[in-house]
Amino acid sequence: MTSDPTLELRSVDKSFGPVHVLSSVDFTANAGEVTALVGDNGAGKTTLVKCIGGSYRVDAGELVFDGTPRIVHSPRDAALLGVEIVYQDLALCDNLDIVQNMFLGREEVTQLRTLDENSMEKSARQSLDSLSVRTVRSVRQHVASLSGGQRQTVAIAKSVLWKSKIVILDEPTAALGVAQTEQVLDLVRRLAEQGVAVILVSHNMNDVMKVADSIGVLFLGRMAAQVRRKDVTQTEVVGLITAGRSGDVGLSPEESSGATV
Amino acid sequence: MSAVTDDRVQQEEPAGGEPGEGLAALGAYTKGYLARVRGGELGSIPALAGLIVITVVFAVVHQGFLSAYNIEALVIQAAPIIVMAMGLVFVLLLGEIDLSAGTTGGLCSAIMAVLLLRHGVSSWLALVIGLAAGIIIGLGMGWLRARLGIPSFVITLATFLAFQGVTLILVGGQGAVTLPGDSPLIKLENSFVPLWLGWTLLALFVVAYAAVKLNDALGRRRAGLSRAPFTVIAAKVVVLAALGAAFTYEMGVNRNLSTNAFLSNKAEGMPWVVVLLVILYAVWHFVLSRTRYGRHVYAVGGNEEASRRAGIVVSRIRISVFVICSGMAAISGMVAASLLQSVQSNAGAGNTLLLAVGAAVIGGTSLFGGHGRLIDAVLGGLVVAVIVNGMSDLIQGANSAGYEWVVTGAVLLLAAGFDAVVRRGRAT
Repeated sequence: MTSDPTLELRSVDKSFGPVHVLSSVDFTANAGEVTALVGDNGAGKTTLVKCIGGSYRVDAGELVFDGTPRIVHSPRDAALLGVEIVYQDLALCDNLDIVQNMFLGREEVTQLRTLDENSMEKSARQSLDSLSVRTVRSVRQHVASLSGGQRQTVAIAKSVLWKSKIVILDEPTAALGVAQTEQVLDLVRRLAEQGVAVILVSHNMNDVMKVADSIGVLFLGRMAAQVRRKDVTQTEVVGLITAGRSGDVGLSPEESSGATV
Repeated sequence: MSAVTDDRVQQEEPAGGEPGEGLAALGAYTKGYLARVRGGELGSIPALAGLIVITVVFAVVHQGFLSAYNIEALVIQAAPIIVMAMGLVFVLLLGEIDLSAGTTGGLCSAIMAVLLLRHGVSSWLALVIGLAAGIIIGLGMGWLRARLGIPSFVITLATFLAFQGVTLILVGGQGAVTLPGDSPLIKLENSFVPLWLGWTLLALFVVAYAAVKLNDALGRRRAGLSRAPFTVIAAKVVVLAALGAAFTYEMGVNRNLSTNAFLSNKAEGMPWVVVLLVILYAVWHFVLSRTRYGRHVYAVGGNEEASRRAGIVVSRIRISVFVICSGMAAISGMVAASLLQSVQSNAGAGNTLLLAVGAAVIGGTSLFGGHGRLIDAVLGGLVVAVIVNGMSDLIQGANSAGYEWVVTGAVLLLAAGFDAVVRRGRAT
């Protein structure tokens, strides 16, 4: 990766009143890679995601997209910069079919201003095919009839359809069984292979060690370390999550012990 | 590891090949349809089945039930219910309710009648002002719901009572405002489409339906997508044409028994209101199924949060459905005024709204939002009208109105219970 990272956070601060949720967090995500964002409950993962997604504004620090610092005011700004967030609750309409969900809010219309169903159905099918999805029987079935893994698939395929540059997946496997988790992780890899910068927020160490290229560990609102997957073991990552340090890597002993800022 | 086998289903869609005709394609289509039905998408099946059953029952019990005279009475009775139910479908799709649709219609027709008779406003202008009043009422109620967040149940319960009062004040002590006999509005329910025009309109309607369906299928073939076999389309067109022809023929029978060689005051042809119903149905069906707006109505009804994240302005959609509902209620009020040839001081009160909500729900529109189509209003409205009409023939005597209410209430409860059960099956 010689070019600029797709997304770079430079010493981002965010507090809610007296509570410092994020303090001087640095984080990068590169195109074509899966970057995991891990940390214990309350470490600030969700806040960080919402800052990137434009739901929150950062108090200090920069969000740099493709080398250019940008100010993200709203989710709409983030969407324009190519950020797509797949939330845990997935935000799909049960009463609509797969095509209708994938195009929700961005429906294609013909010259007569009527919905261009055929073109949308083709694009939806293509985007599922590009991820080698074989689990969806018909793109015209209602989302209510899909399993958890299939719903996750639809949500992820939507980001391919919209040519998102950065896709943030919030706990994508939390509610899934073993086989479906496997399928979704495959999907995450293929998404990255298409040149997307994938950010995977997860609690599940197995998932993270399996698919991530890079791992950012948040510890009490600080970025304990962002390490390459191949340089660390699972034990070291767990150490970073629970204590903020592991061997030479991570926060200094003073920082990690007195970290309740 | 049943999860794996469940999930890794082979793709049923051909990868862009022509599905072809013949028995295989027909079989696949039927299989897909049955799978959808088993999955809880019952569509119009319950309403159609109910309509056929009660029609047969009444036809057996009561000799003249299927006579041309009674069919006409049925249609003009059903018309105001159907129009109001069409508007209610939009509100119900969002999981809201408009309890005041009946009294809104009554108020709008009262405004129209009072302007026409006591202020010398021309018929057409009075009609337009009446409709505009409906739209303004809808805007107001939608605004209260969307911006202030008052539950629609409470808002419309308040307006249900208030509008009843306003109508009473407007119409005044006389108890009714009788429309002049030459008013164009009266023709809607009480005069008939000439036979030749009736058949021409039917032909146009069937041809237009066939053209739309064929165009859809050809478009999908061009795009390389799976489509319904032409045999299915042809069958649908034939059924529609046959039903339409049967209705037009039956309505072509002279219903005025005093006609003879000297008096040619025949009553033949379908009532004009049928044309109005077809137009309203076509317009709103198009809006719901083929426009972005319609898609967004379903989306907001299905998952409000998802719609908001997708960039849909939820409050605007919410206000708009109340506007549509109240506007349609106003039209329904006008149709009712045409039927009665007058506006009563209690216009739109009583069970007017219950019948319309019952129609939508019996037709298959869910009270919980997200599920419903315009055809529900039509089929459900017919079911309700058949019950009301059949019961009034069947039960004579002092308590007949009482029995009618009991049966209508029971049917409404049955439909709502059915909706709740189907919904439980669907929420997997």
